[in-house]
Amino acid sequence: MKLSDVKEILDADVIVGTEKLDMEVKTAFGADLMSDVLAFAKAGSLLLTGLTNSQVIRIANVLDIAAIILVRGKKPPIETINLAKEFKIPLLTTKYILFETAGRLYAKGIVGCLEQVEDHSAHN
Amino acid sequence: MVAWNKLKITVHTTETENYLYKNSFDVEGGNFSNAGTVSTHIKSILKNIGLPNNIIRKSAIVCYESEINIVSYARKGIINLTVTTKTVEFDIIDEGPGIPNIELAMEQGYSTADRQIREMGFGAGMGLYNIKCYSDIFNLSSEVDKGTFLKIIINIT
Repeated sequence: MKLSDVKEILDADVIVGTEKLDMEVKTAFGADLMSDVLAFAKAGSLLLTGLTNSQVIRIANVLDIAAIILVRGKKPPIETINLAKEFKIPLLTTKYILFETAGRLYAKGIVGCLEQVEDHSAHN
Repeated sequence: MVAWNKLKITVHTTETENYLYKNSFDVEGGNFSNAGTVSTHIKSILKNIGLPNNIIRKSAIVCYESEINIVSYARKGIINLTVTTKTVEFDIIDEGPGIPNIELAMEQGYSTADRQIREMGFGAGMGLYNIKCYSDIFNLSSEVDKGTFLKIIINIT
């Protein structure tokens, strides 16, 4: 689906990236722990998170994340917004909690960027 | 395997080594607002070299976690990057408290992180473990009250 569909499904506000709403997305990853985002999120995926500091943008940039969806109605600080603009990474915010955000996207066809972790990188 | 001759990259040759790229990057301890900037820079360098995406991803993961460790725990550190036709190598040296028990530090979930580190979304005791998972060669040594040396090699082939 397009990022504009994601925006509709989540009733999200676009903070950065209104010009990129035509972008196609198929997969997503959700976590608040940045070590897990680094370990498991894949290029081209949506990143669903409740963390709003600039680490989220830098990590999204090094992993080539398609767009970031802030959940639970989080409003990012200005440094985060500026960094998202600099790296041209769309940044959206939705009032839905992480579980609802994931469920609503999944119901419309977005799947996880991986289903399960492999043994060697699994968190016990 | 990448076709290096198509990438117009100069292969530097000295008596002892061949490399495509070699540079050192300073990381300031305690500077949380800049954490990740060196890794961001290194990722764009690796992309410009034309490395395969999976190698860039692995390199970005290990470099980012290592940079966060320096910022979080050390006074200062250096990330030395060497890219050859076969490997991406990181020699990461910091001046800091060191790691008293490496075996314990390697365990998933073991952490000495403070509030500032956890607020950034790190400090859950996954950093070193993740670095090891995404490295082909991982070598960690440390001296208490002096610092820590981490050697990471990622094979390109």
